[in-house]
Amino acid sequence: MSVPRSGLSRRRLLAAGGGLAVGAVLAACGSNTGRGGGDASPGGMALSQWYHQYGEPGVEQAVRRYAGAYGKTRVDVQWRPGDYDQQTAAALLTDSGPDVFESPGPTLDQIQGGQVVDLTDVISGAQPDFNPTVLGPKTYQGKVYGIPQTIDMQMLYYRKSLLAKAGVQPPSTLDELVAAARALTTDETKGLFLGNDGGAGVLGGVPLWAAGLELVTADGAVGFDDPAAATALGKLHTVYAEKSLLLGAPSDWSDPAAFIQGLTAMQWTGLWALPQITTALGDDFGVLPFPPDGPRGRPSVPVGAYASSVSARSKRIAEAKDYVKWLWVERADFQEDFALSYGFHIPARTSLAQRAAGLRSGPAADAVRFTTENGHADPLLWTPRSRTALQDTFSRIIKDGADPSAQLASLVSTVSAELARVRK
Amino acid sequence: MLTRLLGPQRRYLWFWIFTGPFVIGLVVFSYVPLLWSITLSFFDARNTVTPTHFLGFANYARVLTDADFIQSLGTFALFAVVVVPATYALSLSLALLVSQLGWGRAFFRSVFFLPTACSYVVAALIWKMSIFNGVRFGLANTVLHWFGAGPVAWLSTTQPPWYWLVIITVRLWLQAGFYLVLFLAGLQRIPATLYEAAAVDGAQPGWQTFRYITFPQLRTTSVAVVLLLVINAFQAFDEFYNLLSSSRGYPPYARPPLVYLYYVALGQGQDLGVGSAGAVVLALIIAAATVMQTRWFGLGRKEP
Repeated sequence: MSVPRSGLSRRRLLAAGGGLAVGAVLAACGSNTGRGGGDASPGGMALSQWYHQYGEPGVEQAVRRYAGAYGKTRVDVQWRPGDYDQQTAAALLTDSGPDVFESPGPTLDQIQGGQVVDLTDVISGAQPDFNPTVLGPKTYQGKVYGIPQTIDMQMLYYRKSLLAKAGVQPPSTLDELVAAARALTTDETKGLFLGNDGGAGVLGGVPLWAAGLELVTADGAVGFDDPAAATALGKLHTVYAEKSLLLGAPSDWSDPAAFIQGLTAMQWTGLWALPQITTALGDDFGVLPFPPDGPRGRPSVPVGAYASSVSARSKRIAEAKDYVKWLWVERADFQEDFALSYGFHIPARTSLAQRAAGLRSGPAADAVRFTTENGHADPLLWTPRSRTALQDTFSRIIKDGADPSAQLASLVSTVSAELARVRK
Repeated sequence: MLTRLLGPQRRYLWFWIFTGPFVIGLVVFSYVPLLWSITLSFFDARNTVTPTHFLGFANYARVLTDADFIQSLGTFALFAVVVVPATYALSLSLALLVSQLGWGRAFFRSVFFLPTACSYVVAALIWKMSIFNGVRFGLANTVLHWFGAGPVAWLSTTQPPWYWLVIITVRLWLQAGFYLVLFLAGLQRIPATLYEAAAVDGAQPGWQTFRYITFPQLRTTSVAVVLLLVINAFQAFDEFYNLLSSSRGYPPYARPPLVYLYYVALGQGQDLGVGSAGAVVLALIIAAATVMQTRWFGLGRKEP
């Protein structure tokens, strides 16, 4: 068999093709830096700013609009779906990460590791106007590392008509909550929904705060080494054991679907669910903080805020800080729009929260009041290790019926060790 | 000199042109991370891949004394002890049934193989949200209702641990078809003459033939299947994570080693030192288990 010889032999062709492919692969690796095109606009390269994917329609367009309105330098907004915390944590280790990013933190490890920049001078004049509960966990040794954007909080929603039918008053103590959940449970409807894991995940420090305790004391020690903690958690096990809890719902606590569909008479979920619940149920619902337990008890709601931070690996830290100051400290109009025009959040600035018309009446006004009067945030020293240990402990107490005192004693020792590590 | 380096007919040059890219890929994406991970396991590597604070074996001590890590190994062992024999038995019986079909063999082979093409994530979500959800209209609870039983919160109930039923069934459904195909290939390699000779010698079709002809002849296939099953069980992550994790983390039960390491090293914790130490311990266990298995089965030994 003879093949007519052309100018290019088969081997040469393969070699050339292989070379091209390798070159293309290398080029593809090199260009994927996560930044924009990097064209030489007057201000040099664009600042890159990361947001996690907000569920509400319009937020992405809004943040791009804010960035576009910034005159000093071009800002390249990246909208990142998926596990955002993990993406930022990984990206902060590299040079191709964001210049400006939002996060529920920054975390203590990020601050201690020098991964985020001190923003105290950015917030300075406006500091008293920010909600102190959410600003606290962004502050380490007197320096601020994140500018709170909006406040999120969670509370207990209850269905007025179902409570009336069962002859139950809205619960004002933990014992009444247990009793109400029992009375409201029928063949069709469960009394209370605290998430598919029985509350261990979503509640976090809430039962401890409601028992008058703290996660971490002001001087950095364990704040719940007290019999009141075991008492409160024992009551949560009672609700579980009496089968008053909704478990295994198709959508978890963060979605009001179970409450709207009538699978449960009371549900613990976020402020973000308020518009959806209002649309579906009209005024057939009310909201409550987590009820207090014991003589030192106080009603409690968890609050937290996404905050804007500047990466220490940014090549243009000064410009990034200027931009953060402009957007999250100076442009109150944008902050108000961001908090209230799309989803339903409370502005992080007290002056804006008081001004907002949508927050002055009904359950929304209750939510603002709970946030101010009963709000607690996870302290900065409350690291992921402590959080996981608490969650595991709560799960064992609530679902397995493990002895609360023994479980809490072991939790106290884990958390003490972790606090000793981070305070070194 | 150059011609010597290039070899006869430039064979060495061509050897490196063809294998080079893959060697580079292997080194860059497998060996470097592996060695890096071993290095990290000796350092305090929180939120950094270039640590400076040397710890010696402290990370190993921490991992090996961590009750959660030990418990995750127990979880894996329990999972493997159930899922390996169950998949083996199910796929072998299905293969025997399918191979004896007179008609529609290709159809049934495809039907049983199809779940293999389904993603673990998708299957886990279907199991979690439609079949085994905890409310009264879930498929499993609807069936229970016909028999007058109340709904069960399959994935949330720890006593009895119903979540195992969900985890095991989803994996069985997903992987049985793949091993069925391996067994079918093994069955087709058994020479028909053996069965004819057995029939002449008076062997009963059915159990006797299976026990003394089919099963021994499937030995190599069985060894491969068991090895693959054990390694797959070790790598269990997708269905556990998608069935049981929530936005707030993972419950303290049914937590296999990879899920444990994921939360230590890659979640918000980013404790890459302890995570790497755990990964090294796990790799050593897998290596030891594989070596023991190959010894046990005599894999690679010359047939007598």
